[in-house]
Amino acid sequence: MKQVFYNQAIAEALAEEMRRDPLVVLWGIDIGPYGGANAATKGLFEEFGASRVIDMPVSELGYVGLGVGAAAAGIRPVIKLQFSDWITLASEMLINQAAKMRYMFGGTLEIPMVLRAPVGGYLSAGAQHSNSFESIFSFVPGLKVVMPATPYDAKGLLKSAIRDNNTVIFFEHKKLYGMKGEVPDEEYTIPLGKAEVKREGSDVTIVTYAYMVGMCLAAAVKLAAEGVDVEVIDLRTIDPMDEDAILASVRKTGHLVVVQETWRHCSVSSEVSAVVAEKALDYLESPIVRVTAQDVPVPFSPVLESAVLPKEQDIVDAVHRVLERAPG
Amino acid sequence: MDIPKETLLLMYEQMLKIRHFENRVKDLFAGGELPGFVHLYLGEEAVASGACAALQDGDYITSTHRGHGHIIAKGGEMKYMMAELFGKATGYNKGKGGSMHIACPELGVLGANGIVGAGIPLATGAALAAKYRKSGQVVICFFGDGASNEGMFHESLNIAGAFDLPVIYVCENNLYAVGTRQSEVRKVEDIADRATGYGMPGLVIDGNDVIAVYEAVKEAVSRARAGEGPTLIECKTYRWRGHFEGEVDNYRLPEEIKAWIKREPLAPYRKLLLDQGVLNEEKAQAMEQRVIAELEEAVGFARQSPLPKPETAMEGLWA
Repeated sequence: MKQVFYNQAIAEALAEEMRRDPLVVLWGIDIGPYGGANAATKGLFEEFGASRVIDMPVSELGYVGLGVGAAAAGIRPVIKLQFSDWITLASEMLINQAAKMRYMFGGTLEIPMVLRAPVGGYLSAGAQHSNSFESIFSFVPGLKVVMPATPYDAKGLLKSAIRDNNTVIFFEHKKLYGMKGEVPDEEYTIPLGKAEVKREGSDVTIVTYAYMVGMCLAAAVKLAAEGVDVEVIDLRTIDPMDEDAILASVRKTGHLVVVQETWRHCSVSSEVSAVVAEKALDYLESPIVRVTAQDVPVPFSPVLESAVLPKEQDIVDAVHRVLERAPG
Repeated sequence: MDIPKETLLLMYEQMLKIRHFENRVKDLFAGGELPGFVHLYLGEEAVASGACAALQDGDYITSTHRGHGHIIAKGGEMKYMMAELFGKATGYNKGKGGSMHIACPELGVLGANGIVGAGIPLATGAALAAKYRKSGQVVICFFGDGASNEGMFHESLNIAGAFDLPVIYVCENNLYAVGTRQSEVRKVEDIADRATGYGMPGLVIDGNDVIAVYEAVKEAVSRARAGEGPTLIECKTYRWRGHFEGEVDNYRLPEEIKAWIKREPLAPYRKLLLDQGVLNEEKAQAMEQRVIAELEEAVGFARQSPLPKPETAMEGLWA
């Protein structure tokens, strides 16, 4: 298998889907001749031209709204936000329009749109360029939310997202664009709504996603050296959430740590914890522990950012805590 | 006048339908038969009727919270609309939408909208899709004076202007956004002036003159279909009723309302058609009777239709 960067995997998915389906059209900021701020649309303008790779003005509400209308009128827009932080500007079109239209109109309209948006911190990018808003959009019925952690997943999930007849928000992590990983030469897709066991283990379940997957796997290696066998579940799709995968693992290990990069209050980790409390409480041998960002804006100075965002040692400590609380 | 006779008659029939439909909805709502809220289009009938008469079947519209008139003018059947207003399973949207959320893609209606201004980017996107597919379709985007102060209006018109998109922005300026008089919150008198800023023609027309609306929109449709880009058409008009039914209208002077009702759109147009010999008294009355009969059938259909089964509340979210 060839080794491909995460951003190349995304560009491959886009190119393959555009070749397959002439209704797939891209727009966003700087994706034309510039090639995209994250190089994930590199070469597409040259191959598909200005009518299918469209540079938009800085008008997030406008061009995301155009996507909803264009999807209702029969094309399949794949839209790119420069940073996911600006999804707040477009949120009306996602929350009140795209998410509701199929249901509200009695199934007569569909909005097959993908919104790609780079998330995440660890770059000293400051409070308005470090957000991860997946919890907000997972809360809304009618939107799918996907967050790939590897080049392989990014390509396979993006192809499925583009083929999906619902609106999909596809959050790409900025720290992952430069990650290399194996991607097969032959075509493949990964179904939305399916988690993956990224590491099998028998002692503690860690449920996580996106950039945190790598951090959890690194923590698992350290814990393995101590004789603690951790299972790492990568949600891959946040909404719809693969509850079966979470519950099966917790039933096996009896311990749950949930790890996410963003804020804690009313978040994906809250939902994972609630699902386990509702459906597998009897299997838990210790209270659930969450590793999340502190509930403050992400600060600029590296030492402050580091104090706020999760670290590998936090994950190791969390696994120690659940095991310490387990009855002998 | 070089407007085909069928078009002249169609516009009259649509105006009649809208007038009778809205009056009936007013009474049904007052009688407690309709749940929720209704926003009536009474007084603005010429805008929807004139604008939609300039379209072809495959063209799109987006509508607003005050949308009944647009949907009727685009060919919506009163029985399915009335059933939707009653919250019945047989409505256009199975009772899930209601008065503010009627869509019918087969008719090109991409949805009424409960969010002021939200139809503007949707219409602009539909125009982009039409341009990309070279389908020859155009889009009419109906919205009010209030929506022209939303960011959605400005962002969308900028993009439509930049890309020469086949969309016609039809602003129904009825002077008030809910209870706020527009002149108090907007410095420019004419919303159409804003077109200049986005590189498109802006027109001010009498929204109560159906011929003026038709001719302006027809011209804009021709430009749009020829790839010459969007147009902003501001129709000066007035709503006879409050923002919604049941509202205490304490922000308009009774004399103002009376003056606008006096220059209502339907009767002068009827007289024009009679004067021109397009219609005679007998045919006019027969047409009105047909409309009333169709409306009464629609009310009967809505009343007799089944309510949606509660379990259908969990259907239809996902494709």
